[in-house]
Amino acid sequence: MRERTGSIEEPTENGDATARRPMVEARSVSKVFGSGDSELRALDAVSVTIREGEFFTLLGPSGCGKTTLLRMIAGFEHPSDGAILLDGADISGLPPYRRPVNTVFQSYALFPHLTVAGNIAFGLEMLGRPAAEVADTVERMLRMVRMEAMRDRLTSQISGGQQQRVALARALAPQPKVLLLDEPLSALDLKLRKEMQIELKRLQTETGITFVFVTHDQEEALTMSDRIAVMRDGQILQIGSPHEIYERPADHFVASFIGETNFLAATVETRTGERGRIRLPGGLVAETDLFESMAPGDAVAAVIRPEHLRVQPAGSGSGLAATVATIVYLGTDTQYHLRLESGEMLVARVQNGPSGSPGLADGAAVEASFAPTAVRVLRD
Amino acid sequence: MRRAEIRRNWLLATPALILLLAAASGPLLIAVVYSVLEPGDYSGVVWKLSGEGWFRVLFNRDIFDDTVSLADAHLTIFWRSASLSLMTTFFTLLLGFPTAYFIATRPLRQRMLWLFLVTIPFWTNLLIRTFAIMEVIRNEGIANSTLMALGLIDAPIQMLYTDASVLAGMVYVYLPLMVLPLYASLDRLDFRLVEAAYDLYASRIAVLRRVIIPLVKPGIVAGSILVFIPSLGAYVTPRVLGGGKNMMISNLIELQFGEGRNWPLGAALSITLLAFVMVALIFYVRNMAGEQRNG
Ligand SMILES: Nc1ncnc2c1ncn2[C@@H]1O[C@H](COP(=O)(O)OP(=O)(O)OP(=O)(O)O)[C@@H](O)[C@H]1O
Ligand SMILES: [Mg+2]
Repeated sequence: MRERTGSIEEPTENGDATARRPMVEARSVSKVFGSGDSELRALDAVSVTIREGEFFTLLGPSGCGKTTLLRMIAGFEHPSDGAILLDGADISGLPPYRRPVNTVFQSYALFPHLTVAGNIAFGLEMLGRPAAEVADTVERMLRMVRMEAMRDRLTSQISGGQQQRVALARALAPQPKVLLLDEPLSALDLKLRKEMQIELKRLQTETGITFVFVTHDQEEALTMSDRIAVMRDGQILQIGSPHEIYERPADHFVASFIGETNFLAATVETRTGERGRIRLPGGLVAETDLFESMAPGDAVAAVIRPEHLRVQPAGSGSGLAATVATIVYLGTDTQYHLRLESGEMLVARVQNGPSGSPGLADGAAVEASFAPTAVRVLRD
Repeated sequence: MRRAEIRRNWLLATPALILLLAAASGPLLIAVVYSVLEPGDYSGVVWKLSGEGWFRVLFNRDIFDDTVSLADAHLTIFWRSASLSLMTTFFTLLLGFPTAYFIATRPLRQRMLWLFLVTIPFWTNLLIRTFAIMEVIRNEGIANSTLMALGLIDAPIQMLYTDASVLAGMVYVYLPLMVLPLYASLDRLDFRLVEAAYDLYASRIAVLRRVIIPLVKPGIVAGSILVFIPSLGAYVTPRVLGGGKNMMISNLIELQFGEGRNWPLGAALSITLLAFVMVALIFYVRNMAGEQRNG
């Protein structure tokens, strides 16, 4: 993998995250399951630093190793190689019950033989906290997740969303240094999911606890996180704020995984320092950041987000000449699938104004234009 | 269910019900009737009403002067039956739980094999298995001769014909009856709950006490009942491994119908045993009903 100038871990936009001390550190952690023919490298030399009070998200497709990394922080799996540090201390050898880390499981894993209050009290009781303190904290947690009325119900007698909240309260009650959440919202329907996203964010801000959140839903990751690590095949491809990940994807995979994107074949024309000019199809040029290894004459992949494209009738300006192939009306937006003269397809997303969508029809000759700064090049 | 369906299901069950009624209530009725008659001179009963059978369950009447005293021998046997059965239940639980846990945590394909191994003892007749144990633990048996050959002991240890040998034999015989229901419960246990407990600072012991045992309690209760009830009525094991003096209730009953020639007493003792079993079952049903109420 070629490195971008500097490191893949770029300064975040809410600058305080980098100023805070590291809470969880993975140092070139690898995990190999099985041996011989059935050997499977679930994590391959993963390094990441998660800072105190951060809402950090591990994002990636199924099987990329998100759960494995989370389970290693919790202590259910042990690294085949590398070390995991918690608040500066190596915890690789500690069992789960010695780590000040709690997990919200995807299946919730609430104890069916205990009441809602019994579940929330469990961790505190195991820590040997005095009964009065346990009772106080349980009350506080019940209030925090708005479950006071359900205190004496068994966990089989409450709804999925309520179980989710109990699982959260149970994991937060012992005030862990880090809360791990493995796709906690995936079992909920869309509406509840949106509500819980806001609720989670509120709880994180209120408690100030470091959250490590796993999801394969890019939208969820973008709306909730301070920083995101995009993973694939046991590796971290890019770490950055949602804005960075979306606007400046490091490579082809990140660009296509996070939101919709258009890929264009381009050539580097000139280079001055870190920036340079690239030539796009149809003779257009754009100024953008270049990776270290890129020199004039190199063929590179350029990306442009659909919402950064403007669609106008042909002849109105200097854009890429295209014909409208399909129009998809999406309510707030209209999506145009455009066919370039080279045969390449381009997707543009145009916001609908008060008078509805601009009157373009299938087969219309159009021009797609964009601000020169809207184009990025990819590492590979 | 529709009415017709209910009626049909009852019809389907009728042959079994008739058989059960005849097989269970017939002998029971005979036992009840015999227990209030007088013993015949050599065996059998004389059709004359008498409370003597029931009286002799707990008391002795001197043959010569009719003085009444407590039947110590019977009380000892009752006590031995109850305590040996309880201990059998305890030890099968102690041994059976780790076994069942081990099997339940094997990969799915291996489990069938392990369960199959657990059931192997059922393939051989109980009497033969019990004689095999006797062969191992008797004074000239394998255990003693090995220990002596190793120079660990000078003289054989008396293992056979003790309460301990009866207990060991019963634990051996009833262990599978404990393992199977325990396994059924543990198999249904969601091991993610165990992980959740570890995550919430529970040590291994705490996980066992606070999560696993409460969740597999139905299996523990079922296994205990399945072991305790037949233990209480055990006949072959105490007979072979306990000899003549370490009797349990069943052996005492057999004695009354055989050499003792006191059928009414035997019948009264049988019903006493049944009462013990009923108490255990009521305890079980109540426990299960409590479980249901708590979800
Ligand atoms: N205990 C295990 N034994 C063998 N292979 C495993 C084990 N746990 C995970 N794996 C493998 O490691 C890889 C990563 O698994 P992991 O559960 O971390 O993925 P994930 O990113 O959480 O995926 P998902 O989004 O589907 O939950 C997968 O290929 C998986 O099959
Ligand atoms: Mg997962």
